[in-house]
Amino acid sequence: MPVIQYREALNQAMSEEMERDPSVFLMGEEVGHYQGAYKVSQGMLQRFGDKRVVDTPIVETGFAGVGVGAAMTGLRPIIEFMTFNFSLVAIDQVINNAAKILQMSGGQFKVPIVFRGAGGAAGQLGAQHSQSLESYYVHCPGLKVVMPSTPYDAKGLLKTAIRDDNPVIFIESELLYGSSGEVPDGEYLIPFGVADVKRVGEHCTIVAYSKMVGLAEAAADKLAAEGVSVEIVDPRTLRPLDLETIVASVKKTGRCVVVQEGWPLCGMASELAFQIQEAAFSWLDAPVARVTNQDVSSPYAKNLEALVMPNADKVIEAVRKVMYLEAPVDDSGEA
Amino acid sequence: MAIQPPPPRPSPIAPDAPLAPATERKELLVRLYRQMLAIRRMEESCAKAYSQGKIGGFLHLIIGQEAVCTGSVAALQPEDYVVATYRDHGHCYAKGGSARAILAEMWGKKTGISRGLGGSMHLFDAAHNFLGGYGIVGGHVPLAAGVAFRNKYLGDKRVVLCFFGEGSASMGPFHEGMALAALWKLPIVFVCENNLYSMGTPLYRSLSIEDVSMKALAYGMARDRFDGHDVLAVRDRMAAAIERARERNEPTLVEVRTYRFRGHSMSDPAKYRTRDEVEEWQKRDPVSLARTRLSEELGATDEELKAIEASVRAEIEDAVKFADESPVADRYLDFNYAEDAAKLEQSGETR
Repeated sequence: MPVIQYREALNQAMSEEMERDPSVFLMGEEVGHYQGAYKVSQGMLQRFGDKRVVDTPIVETGFAGVGVGAAMTGLRPIIEFMTFNFSLVAIDQVINNAAKILQMSGGQFKVPIVFRGAGGAAGQLGAQHSQSLESYYVHCPGLKVVMPSTPYDAKGLLKTAIRDDNPVIFIESELLYGSSGEVPDGEYLIPFGVADVKRVGEHCTIVAYSKMVGLAEAAADKLAAEGVSVEIVDPRTLRPLDLETIVASVKKTGRCVVVQEGWPLCGMASELAFQIQEAAFSWLDAPVARVTNQDVSSPYAKNLEALVMPNADKVIEAVRKVMYLEAPVDDSGEA
Repeated sequence: MAIQPPPPRPSPIAPDAPLAPATERKELLVRLYRQMLAIRRMEESCAKAYSQGKIGGFLHLIIGQEAVCTGSVAALQPEDYVVATYRDHGHCYAKGGSARAILAEMWGKKTGISRGLGGSMHLFDAAHNFLGGYGIVGGHVPLAAGVAFRNKYLGDKRVVLCFFGEGSASMGPFHEGMALAALWKLPIVFVCENNLYSMGTPLYRSLSIEDVSMKALAYGMARDRFDGHDVLAVRDRMAAAIERARERNEPTLVEVRTYRFRGHSMSDPAKYRTRDEVEEWQKRDPVSLARTRLSEELGATDEELKAIEASVRAEIEDAVKFADESPVADRYLDFNYAEDAAKLEQSGETR
């Protein structure tokens, strides 16, 4: 099976869907002539022309709104936010227009649109460019929210997102764009609302998505050496959420750690922890633990940013906590 | 790339441009007078229903401004699109929405134009390409530009009319929508219904330049600006902008001066303006103006006018009765997601 990068998987998904359906187009900053700020849309301008690969000025509210208007009258826009930090200046279009038009119109106008781009921190980008905002969007009915962790999932889920008749928030990761994985040739779709068990284990469930799946895997590798067997469940889509698969895993292991980049208050991790305890309270041998960013804006300095962000060691610590395990002697010198 | 000079400013249509033959003008004005009168009577019935508790929430009446939406939409084709603000009853009616469905919506009934889920501010009518009333000031301007983008993308020569008040003119989305429409040459007419007050704030306290059409200059966009009390004049001036959009894919910013006779909403007694001021504007009531013109210039008889008025009265009385007697809204969980709405449609349930 071919091994390709996450960005190439996204490119394949968009290109295949644009070949298939002339109403699909890509719009955003630097998507055309520049070939994509992160080279996700490399070659697409040459292949599809500037009518369907549309460079915009820096007007997030403008082109997000253009997407909504085009979607409600029959087109299928893919709107790229260079990063989701910039979606905040367009959030009125997403929340007040895209998410509500089907409901406000009593079902008369659907809004089949994908808002996609990179989310999360990517290394010393400072407070305004390091945010994980999925919880903002998951909060709002009418939206679907997708966060793939692998090239395989990225392609299959983006194709589904483009064919979906609702507004879909598709959050990628700057740090995953260069990651590689097996992606089969040709067409496949991954349905929304189907979690993927990334690793089978017995003692503790880790629920993680997007970039956090990598941390969970690193933690699971280290814990395996200590004889702790971890199961990793990646929900892949946060709305709709496949609670069934997550709960089945938690009922099997009796313990759960949720890993989420981004702030702790009212975040996806809190929501997952709530839903898990509600559905599996009697099966839990310990309270569900969360690993998230610290409750502070991201600092620039490398050492400080590392303190704020989730990492494999924090995940290991949380797993030990829910398993009531003593930590091995800490000789790292850190507090 | 070198910066291109802005295109020359198009010459405005002279207000005294030659008119169509009197018979055609009369037919047209009869139609538009009837529409304006229906909007007026419909909204009067809303005000009454509001005081009776049949309508809740916000209710923004357009009374006094009817010539703007009526005259503008009269210059469109049925396949063209309209996007409006929360003051949307007249626009929806002018575009083809039925008084029954509009009133039933405000009454919160199942038979409402948006199934009772939108309310006064969010009328939608897919059958007539009325793309909704929007409640966030200026937020619908980029959306309207997107509909124009769709028109150009598909090349089907449709035009979009996007209405907003002068209160939008300082909002970011207004400028972003204008910027993209001008940059990409989209078939849209931006219609500023300048009623001199954004809620309770008069022009001189809200705009550094009170001529809203000037905003077009920065975008190299055509502009026009005129009084909005003569419905035929509105129709003619708007026709030129619509033609520019349809034939040349060029957007226009049109500022129409108008005046609302009522407060911003039903809860606003409009104490920020004097009775004299309101009375002065009421002398230019667009509905009365059209009636006078019909009888004095175009030879409409008293009988003809009374017949129009009787038919409007019957239409609105019927619509009120329909709204009163319709069942209350019921479905509200089927429109979060398109697949749920599709299931409901497949189930064959009708309103």
